[in-house]
Amino acid sequence: MALISGGNYIPMYSKEAQKITVSSFYMDVYPVTNADYLAFVKSHPDWKKSSVKRIFADSNYLKQWDSDVLFDKNIAGSPVVNISWFAAKKYCECQGKRLPETAEWEVAARASKTKADASNDPGFNQWVLNWLTKPTAAILPPVGSTFKNYYGIYDLHGLVWEWTYDFNSALTTGESRGNSSLDNSLFCGGGSFASKDISNYASFMRFAMRSSVKAKYCVANLGFRCVK
Amino acid sequence: MSVFCIAGFVLSGCSVKNSNAIKGEEVAVLTFAPNVPPPITRDYATKMIVNLEVIEKEMEMMDGVKYNFWTFGGQVPGKFIRVREGDLVEFHLKNDPSNKLPHNIDLHAVTGPGGGAVSTFTAPGHETQFSFTAINPGLFIYHCATAPVGMHIANGMYGLILVEPRGGLPKVDKEFYVVQGDFYTKGSYGESGEQPFNMEKALDEKPDYVVFNGKVGALTGDNALKAKVGETVRLFVGNGGPGLTSSFHVIGEIFDNVYPEGGSTQNHNVQTTLIPPGGSAITEFKLQVPGNFILVDHAIFRAFNKGALGILKVDGPENKTIYSGQQDDRIYQPEGGAVQTMPSADAEKAKPLTKTEKLELGKALFASTCQACHQADGKGIEKAFPPLYKSDYFAANPQKIVQVITHGLSGPITVNGKTFNSVMPKQTLSDNQVASVATYVLNNFGNKGGEINAEDVAKIRK
Repeated sequence: MALISGGNYIPMYSKEAQKITVSSFYMDVYPVTNADYLAFVKSHPDWKKSSVKRIFADSNYLKQWDSDVLFDKNIAGSPVVNISWFAAKKYCECQGKRLPETAEWEVAARASKTKADASNDPGFNQWVLNWLTKPTAAILPPVGSTFKNYYGIYDLHGLVWEWTYDFNSALTTGESRGNSSLDNSLFCGGGSFASKDISNYASFMRFAMRSSVKAKYCVANLGFRCVK
Repeated sequence: MSVFCIAGFVLSGCSVKNSNAIKGEEVAVLTFAPNVPPPITRDYATKMIVNLEVIEKEMEMMDGVKYNFWTFGGQVPGKFIRVREGDLVEFHLKNDPSNKLPHNIDLHAVTGPGGGAVSTFTAPGHETQFSFTAINPGLFIYHCATAPVGMHIANGMYGLILVEPRGGLPKVDKEFYVVQGDFYTKGSYGESGEQPFNMEKALDEKPDYVVFNGKVGALTGDNALKAKVGETVRLFVGNGGPGLTSSFHVIGEIFDNVYPEGGSTQNHNVQTTLIPPGGSAITEFKLQVPGNFILVDHAIFRAFNKGALGILKVDGPENKTIYSGQQDDRIYQPEGGAVQTMPSADAEKAKPLTKTEKLELGKALFASTCQACHQADGKGIEKAFPPLYKSDYFAANPQKIVQVITHGLSGPITVNGKTFNSVMPKQTLSDNQVASVATYVLNNFGNKGGEINAEDVAKIRK
């Protein structure tokens, strides 16, 4: 794990005054891989493909696996995806860790290779945006295949989406254009005039993605990592 | 009541009594541009099931230029949806599992919050469903409305849904589907390779590409729309934007009928119709003569420099009364055949110029004074204007150029083996100007070089 020094974070959906103070924390250097997750289901058979409860994971759960314990060797080192929030949370807890809060994840992810906060670096933002515009690769590359950021952490951008503990606390209504008329601006991450930075498109997309899922959803490009 | 029923039947071709009852169900036939699903012939409303899949994929913006498009159905524009006024539409939006992003759909044909966007916010690998009644007839845009909305639209997420009025639209011979859109790329127009979306250009509304049907050349060459003389054509035209309003025009045609903004009124005899982003128009016209009729956004740099150009190729017999074709082409001599004097430029007594200065001044003078006849490449026009390109006329004696410029020339001459019999007026240029343009000609167009001085010009001028 790598240490992320704390700091202030202003969610893109809120005003200057609503800044969130993030304490220092440790974050996994890589997203959790299929191999990592296999070790987990072997010791926690409740979370096997065949035995997981449907309210905790939809039918796409571990879809890339051939059976409860088998998958193509080539994806052993790739991030585990098609994983529900419940499963990701349980995994982290069993490691003595937890899922990152959205604010923590965003603080770690605003670091470029050289800067702790590159959120105003146009080159960095464009790089992230370029990745976001491309469909997911048919076979996900292994973890560590993108860049190592300022904190020594890999793959926060450029590989898969990642679950956060409070992914559903900032909501888009689904009708993102109407969000500016809501009075509860804390709950509208959809991208509206109320946003701090209306040009941070990559950030809009992350919030849109988080708002589009429910805790039992298993999505082909959504994985996770843990913090403590 | 029965009187009303009969009146309604006569006027709109349907029974008022049955107008709101939903009978049966159908799965909508959807088509890619430029094709349009067949007209609806039923005289009752039905439950129409529409299945539309969102697909993010790399395609070409023009040959050699790759772009990551987000699409409804796999192409830009999205598939054409055709329903009837009063239909109950059961809409299924499917987000392909390999897609990176959540998406939704706002159909402008929907009466209800977000036009369906609220109800169709769909994670990758999921499918959402909602239903609406197509209350208002017309031609409507649909588009994605997920944040950031502008980017989802800028990447190609739009298409058209037609709600046919009860009784249908008048019968025509051919129907086509055309949607304009503007695109913002890192590289400028034509720069090859993978071109990512450029947010700054999008915010400035300065696109690199303005195209019909998602690609430069989607409607030209082998992809041209095709019809025959005598046929009536209907174009369902949309504008996905996101930035620019289209001045939609078909060169060489006049729209007999336009349904402006895709609504129910009709305008007639229209040259150019405005189509705003998020809007549409239906245009109809009868083809009277054969030829290529060119679809453009008449904000014309978009057509010739950014791609907004398509072709309707019409085959069939000529009608010389309506359009004769060229009947003659002759030389136009505004002031008779004598040697003429051009209006005087301010004569300047200036210091001698260096060769570099002459070449620079000569280039500008050539463009403003000589190029109209001798052409930019110096090759002239056969039978009218002799070539300066590798010219044997002045090869042996460069001073002949000065002679012609200062005194004019008329009558037969032979240049590079071809005969010309026409008139060049004497040019009123200063000695320095003549020296410059002559030096420019000698050092360009494949000629063998040399330099003319102002004193030479002064001598020849006398």
